[in-house]
Amino acid sequence: MKVVFKIWRQDSQKHQGGFERYPIEGLTEDMSFLEALDHLNERLVLQNQKTIAYEYDCREGICGQCGIFINGRAHGPHNNITTCQLHMRSFQDGETIVVEPWRATAFPVIKDLVVDRSALDRIIEKGGYISAKTGTAAESNAILIPKDIADKAMDAAACIGCGACVATCKNASAALFTSAKINHLNNLPQGKPEAAQRVLQMTKQMQLENFGNCTFTGACEVECPENISIINIAEMNARRAKAKWLGR
Amino acid sequence: MLESKIPEGPLQEKWRNYQLKSQLINPANKKRLKVIVVGSGLAGAGAAATLGEMGYEVLCFCYQDSARRAHSVAAQGGINAAKNYQHDGDSVMRMFYDTLKGGDFRSREANVFRLAELSAPLIDHYVQQGVPFAREYGGVLVNRSFGGVQVQRTFYARGQTGQQLLLAAYSQLYKMKRAKKVRMFPRHEMMDMVIIQGKAKGIIVRDLVSGQLKRFAADAVVLATGGYSRVFRLSTLAIGCNGSAIWKAHKRGAYFAAPSFTQIHPTALPQTSEAQSKLTLMSESLRNDGRIWVPKAKDDPRKANAIPEEERDYYLERRYPSFGNLAPRDIASRAAKERIDAGYGVGRLQNAVYLDFKHAIAHFGLETIQDRYGNLFKMYKKITGVDAYREPMQISPAAHFSMGGLWVDYELMTTIPGLYAIAECNFSDHGANRLGANSLLQASIDGYFILPNTINTYLADALHEDHPSTAHPEFIKVEQEVKAQIKNLLSIKGTKTVDHFHRELGKVMWQSCAMSRNHNGLKKAISEIEHIKAKFWTEVNVTGGDKEMNPELEKALRLADFLELGLLMCTDALQREESCGAHFREEFQTPEGEALRKDEMYSYVSAWEYNAGNFKLHKEPLVFEYAQPTIRSYK
Repeated sequence: MKVVFKIWRQDSQKHQGGFERYPIEGLTEDMSFLEALDHLNERLVLQNQKTIAYEYDCREGICGQCGIFINGRAHGPHNNITTCQLHMRSFQDGETIVVEPWRATAFPVIKDLVVDRSALDRIIEKGGYISAKTGTAAESNAILIPKDIADKAMDAAACIGCGACVATCKNASAALFTSAKINHLNNLPQGKPEAAQRVLQMTKQMQLENFGNCTFTGACEVECPENISIINIAEMNARRAKAKWLGR
Repeated sequence: MLESKIPEGPLQEKWRNYQLKSQLINPANKKRLKVIVVGSGLAGAGAAATLGEMGYEVLCFCYQDSARRAHSVAAQGGINAAKNYQHDGDSVMRMFYDTLKGGDFRSREANVFRLAELSAPLIDHYVQQGVPFAREYGGVLVNRSFGGVQVQRTFYARGQTGQQLLLAAYSQLYKMKRAKKVRMFPRHEMMDMVIIQGKAKGIIVRDLVSGQLKRFAADAVVLATGGYSRVFRLSTLAIGCNGSAIWKAHKRGAYFAAPSFTQIHPTALPQTSEAQSKLTLMSESLRNDGRIWVPKAKDDPRKANAIPEEERDYYLERRYPSFGNLAPRDIASRAAKERIDAGYGVGRLQNAVYLDFKHAIAHFGLETIQDRYGNLFKMYKKITGVDAYREPMQISPAAHFSMGGLWVDYELMTTIPGLYAIAECNFSDHGANRLGANSLLQASIDGYFILPNTINTYLADALHEDHPSTAHPEFIKVEQEVKAQIKNLLSIKGTKTVDHFHRELGKVMWQSCAMSRNHNGLKKAISEIEHIKAKFWTEVNVTGGDKEMNPELEKALRLADFLELGLLMCTDALQREESCGAHFREEFQTPEGEALRKDEMYSYVSAWEYNAGNFKLHKEPLVFEYAQPTIRSYK
């Protein structure tokens, strides 16, 4: 199989970036997309050229570190998967594949396809936790959590923090990411004491980081590798209103 | 002489006795002490957050872009705890025995007991932190079984338990970052250790964005850097996982224990091509309900569903009737290898076996199976394009966990004073084989509960010493050495890629130092690795510079260490002339092909000293007072 990769190259945040074309042969359909890029990089090394920088770690769809905009879509042509789960069988032989980094003001490009997503960590830092010191826990079954509540919390908690929701959103909103963490914790009895503070502070940080506002296009949930629903955003907004006006 | 510092008293009293006698530091003084934590996975994040809560100043480093990426995230199935919620006869003592036996009696009794003892409070801890564990309709926690065990003691959050525990630890880490007790350094990789007057006093790191080398000094250093199975290249680990931090510590004087004890996981997806970079794991929990089989006929060309029941060989159930499909990992992997090698393998490359849910779906209904394993089936479909509700999964053994690691005493301190190693990067609790769902457990307990207790004893003395400074000549010297190594790598400008050499190393390691080993094979492997290493240092090409983000250079630096580590692993496997757990020497097996342990000669932990590359063996004898080693039988 052969394809042409049209890849965004940018030396650093300070440099201007641009597309470069890389025709490449010797690919197979069962190669993953990232393995195809690995293959291209090995070819570049053999030609004494600098390799293309892109991110990955677990390569099984759970760490959230990979994230490439492929042919105009976050994580490529399929719904609800990560870049590392994409395979070359999803492309045509001879196809030109456009490969770009996540585009968002809050995600500056570090190099080539690598962006800085630390804004997401800073949102978590503003309340995406339960303030409980190690060594202070009560017996687990002393607080019963109904299965539907635990399941709902888990649906939201599944977020891998890849940032595809931001990358695909026309407003570059981080509402899906932020709401997932808020709803995970605020649904559980352990998260209740700090519920109001959490929703107010995390949503405030979201704005400070220059993420856009959510206009409910639903684009994010199509790309989310964990199928996190935009209902979470509505729930977050309701929680925020309640916290703001009622203080709880 | 290796001093394991096991506390006095009966097994059940040891940890309490230790805590009673350990030193305390008053809160005002803790503020003046600095601790470096390398790695931000379950163990590193848990330790950094807890040390921060205690009042220490903590610096935490990880190579990923965020602490939330660490490979603890990928653990799927669960975490064990002796809660006995299922009323099925579980207890701390039973969990202790299962773990010790699972490890084939090659771990320390006192450590294993502590692991079991602290498991129950750990579940309480995680529930408090907001981990959405699976629940019954009435609201209580659910359990399932894992390999090597006949009770249900595994707690889980769908097939994403590791992710949920890691996110809990990560959130606590960022809580302490906000409290300004932890400083986080993502995209920073440790390059070397700095030892001053025999004590660990700091590290040299490389900023992976700017390429700049930086020095950090502290009163103690904690390594929580995970496993090294990427030495096989193809493994279930994240691509960035590496053995460099512990290898650098080893070269600076820390003993490396049982390096060849690496676990081959029985249920990963099979390799399909040479270009493959990763073997994806399918959780062991699937073996609760899935049945493993191969056709009874060699080279059977029929599709799985076309093969009738009587022509299927459920080989685990046949060989190990009492544990069946839940035989421990080393045994299940070897049994799969035996069938595949004998010509009964399935799949395009005939390198896999079937894992079949037909009976479970017929028995429990599709909905129950979807509820239990839904996301694993989905993941399987994403990768292979096959619907495993309709036809069996194809699975194959893959390199997974390293039981070996830096030698540590009961306090988790290495042979370098002030240097601690926690979780997978140490050797302490799993012996020669780790039981499923004990990895998340060890990582959490080491980080949250043990280290924060034991480190005080050392720091109480450090309080009265000078605080180390990065201007010390030793820091300058080590930084220069790192600089020289990087310069050297970049100047070779050969004709082969880093990955080329990694593939070569992986092939040798997989062939000679994985599921089964023998004298001649290991001898040959050592000379082959020497050869690959020599070629690497003369023929590799690393493009790009050192003062920029350069993933190629990162890979090369890690591989340089793997090449040396591979030599030690083969040396260790060669020296241990017995079979135990994951270490299976072909020369030492029973007539039925089971591992043949030789307790009279090898009942010790092998701790290797670097000794300028001429590895020197030290032995820590294993004394069993409470559980007498028996022949490990799962029949």
